[in-house]
Amino acid sequence: MSVVINNQLQSSFPGPHDIHRKVLANGITLLTRSNFNSASVVISGTLGAGSLFDPADKLGLAHFTALALMRGTKNADFQTIFERLESVGASLGFGASVHNTSLGGRALAEDLPLLVDTLADCILNPTFPEQYFDRLKSQLLTGLAIRAQDTADMASLTFDSLLFPGHPYGLPEDGYIETVSAITRQDLVDFHANNYGPTNMVIVVVGAVKPDYVFDLFDRVLGKWENPNLTAKPEFPVIHVPKKTIREHITLQGKSQVDIVMGTLGPKRHAPEYLAASLGNNILGQFGMMGRIGDAVREKAGLAYYASTSVNSWIESGSWEVSAGVNPENIDKAIRLIIEELDRFRSEPVLPSELADSQENYIGRLPLSLESNSGVANSILNLERFALGLDYFQRYPSLVREVTPEQILQAAQKYINPEYLVIISAGSKPGRIKTK
Amino acid sequence: MTNQITSTTLDNGLKVFLKEIHTSPIISHWVWYRVGSRYEVNGKTGISHWVEHMQFKGTPTYPAGILDRAISRDGGMWNAFTHLDWTTFFETMPAEKINLSLDLEVDRMVNSVYDDSEVASERTVIISEREGSENDPLFKLEEAMQLAAFENHPYRNEVIGSLEDLQSIQRDDLYHHYQTYYNPANAVVAVAGDFNTTDMLDSIQSRYAKIPGKKVDSLADLREPALQAEKRIEVTGPGETTYVEIVYRAPSASEEDFFVVSVLDSLFTGPTSLNMFGGGGVSNKTSRLYRALVEKELAVSINGSLQATADPYLYGITITVRPDSSPEKVLKSLDDEISRLMGTMVSQAEIDRAVKQARALFVYGSENITNQAFWLGYSEMFNEYSWFLNYIKRLEKVTPEVLMDKAREYLSSHRRVVGIYRPEENHS
Repeated sequence: MSVVINNQLQSSFPGPHDIHRKVLANGITLLTRSNFNSASVVISGTLGAGSLFDPADKLGLAHFTALALMRGTKNADFQTIFERLESVGASLGFGASVHNTSLGGRALAEDLPLLVDTLADCILNPTFPEQYFDRLKSQLLTGLAIRAQDTADMASLTFDSLLFPGHPYGLPEDGYIETVSAITRQDLVDFHANNYGPTNMVIVVVGAVKPDYVFDLFDRVLGKWENPNLTAKPEFPVIHVPKKTIREHITLQGKSQVDIVMGTLGPKRHAPEYLAASLGNNILGQFGMMGRIGDAVREKAGLAYYASTSVNSWIESGSWEVSAGVNPENIDKAIRLIIEELDRFRSEPVLPSELADSQENYIGRLPLSLESNSGVANSILNLERFALGLDYFQRYPSLVREVTPEQILQAAQKYINPEYLVIISAGSKPGRIKTK
Repeated sequence: MTNQITSTTLDNGLKVFLKEIHTSPIISHWVWYRVGSRYEVNGKTGISHWVEHMQFKGTPTYPAGILDRAISRDGGMWNAFTHLDWTTFFETMPAEKINLSLDLEVDRMVNSVYDDSEVASERTVIISEREGSENDPLFKLEEAMQLAAFENHPYRNEVIGSLEDLQSIQRDDLYHHYQTYYNPANAVVAVAGDFNTTDMLDSIQSRYAKIPGKKVDSLADLREPALQAEKRIEVTGPGETTYVEIVYRAPSASEEDFFVVSVLDSLFTGPTSLNMFGGGGVSNKTSRLYRALVEKELAVSINGSLQATADPYLYGITITVRPDSSPEKVLKSLDDEISRLMGTMVSQAEIDRAVKQARALFVYGSENITNQAFWLGYSEMFNEYSWFLNYIKRLEKVTPEVLMDKAREYLSSHRRVVGIYRPEENHS
């Protein structure tokens, strides 16, 4: 059985025929795709002000600045901003990742001008009012205190820090309690002045609106924005694979379940073996009920509610991770089963039938990932961010079918070595929790 | 969202809802059963959810593991959910692959195996799922709150069940539950997407018509009288963060009062989205309680939750307390806000705003075919599909006078449970 992606279906995917792209004079890249099937509109975008610009002692600054943009501007106070949005059922938000500050919003199509005006005002004219700075800081610190009790978060945080030592990929974008505590209001003002600019900004709009209308709206509110003082991107250390297995347990008392995060480096998005690694990962810990690892740990051994894998691929590097939630008694058993599967995965090629399943899965699920406006907007944003080309979805089925079991084995052997893993668990100490 | 749907009931009692949507080459197919924690008895809590898990463990035609592979291979998405009033299974598939979904759902309606070893393995999986939830302080608080909010109604139990019951339920209990509730007369099939209605109806009839319907006995009237006095509980555990939760008895979805309380929820704590897939929500920073608690630096966040249910359930408010504040200050301010709601007429503009928010959330939800199919069946579980179609109109009928009247009735302090989660000393 083979999934037939016919020409008609392929042309229903976003592509050069219906994605409209325009670069404004100041460098902002706009992409838009109309969809009049629903009366809503979605905005998704990025600008190059990520946590990689955070000083080490003020980690969390990009995140803090992004969240503070909507706390007041030269033209509107906090309540006015949210009154405008919430009264029409619209939403808008900002956040930060390592490379970017992200923005996202949605509204009924009739309210797009309101959404765009508010978005532009928050980016161009934030005032970071003292009162809201203090309030937001308190909220962020409470969030970090909650994070410190979350077994999955703490396992993941520790995993990243040990896999990417000294690199922004190893640091949490929302910082630590001591670094967020050290951030001042002036830090936000400076971060915004030095790192927010139009040069690397990308905005995608999808919904019941026409392209020219979108281009005119953004040109009007952001077309004249300039920032000649942008900080240059800092250099970061080269990322090396672990030289030995690192095993740590983070003790959080009173927790019923232990979360495990283990793995190693993975391919960056532009690596030639990216798609082979991604398909291999699907076989390893995604396909069906969480792939081979889900089958071994959950289905056969009944050790966990979840046990799955992920390949996370960024600009400079990536991670290849296994996550599982188990009873404290079962930590070692689950880790052993996972390592056995990793060993098998890098020792022998996947079966042609397994690969065929995952290839069909990748091609067949494409329409599902592109059915909503937000799904389309985020996909187009990735096309632009990773320079994949506007015809990527038309080429995608061929790219997927070209991957071979040998390529997957090579990718597995390049990245996965069961002798050199970072293995983190977080929760109660084994043996200190009630037994079943 | 368009309203062109086809509905019919087969001779065996199976209700069918179909909605053609040709915006994407996708079909979403759901099968709903009227069974959830509301149908459970003491000693067997969590059995509906466990049965849902067992429905993935295979039939003679589709042994365990085959289904995962078959659905995933075709690029489909599938899952299942168990809630208070219902259990549902769905597949969203490329349109030309939908026959697989239709075949497997009709098969597992009657032919699931319930192998002993699968029951044993799933017991530890579900206990592990529960342990994952127990890691969250709010799960512990909510579990205690539900037990306090109802004397006898099964809504008092967590859907996942108690640990004791999960340890004692046996294979035959599960199989009996399955055989009692899984049949056409207790089910709704809902399909939305890129198909021809006549052909789809034929497909469904040819598959299901041969399965006999067994009418499930109606439940006794489980509704409980409103609480007569406020209850207070405290839960302690690890962490540094204090939470306050207040639950009020809410009307059932079929009562006109439900729509009044929906407007109350929207203006008091921000609108609750009833979409299961897609759409996102609307923030609540201009809601009355956010202004009173977060803007006044007593709380870090507030959230309201209102669910559409067959019997009266709960309207819940969850508050994360600032470290420099206290639950007592939060509750005082909350009560002041409720007094204001009861004592000062709400403006028509505030109601209009709540209606527009609901309309926007509905439009966002209509982008997604899976969500549209969800709606076809969901409203049948506590009322009927027309409930969904008339939702906005019924919100529009709410007047300031009725709103004030119902706020006094539903938000009075003797009808509530107040819960506080306090971090234990020396625990973190």
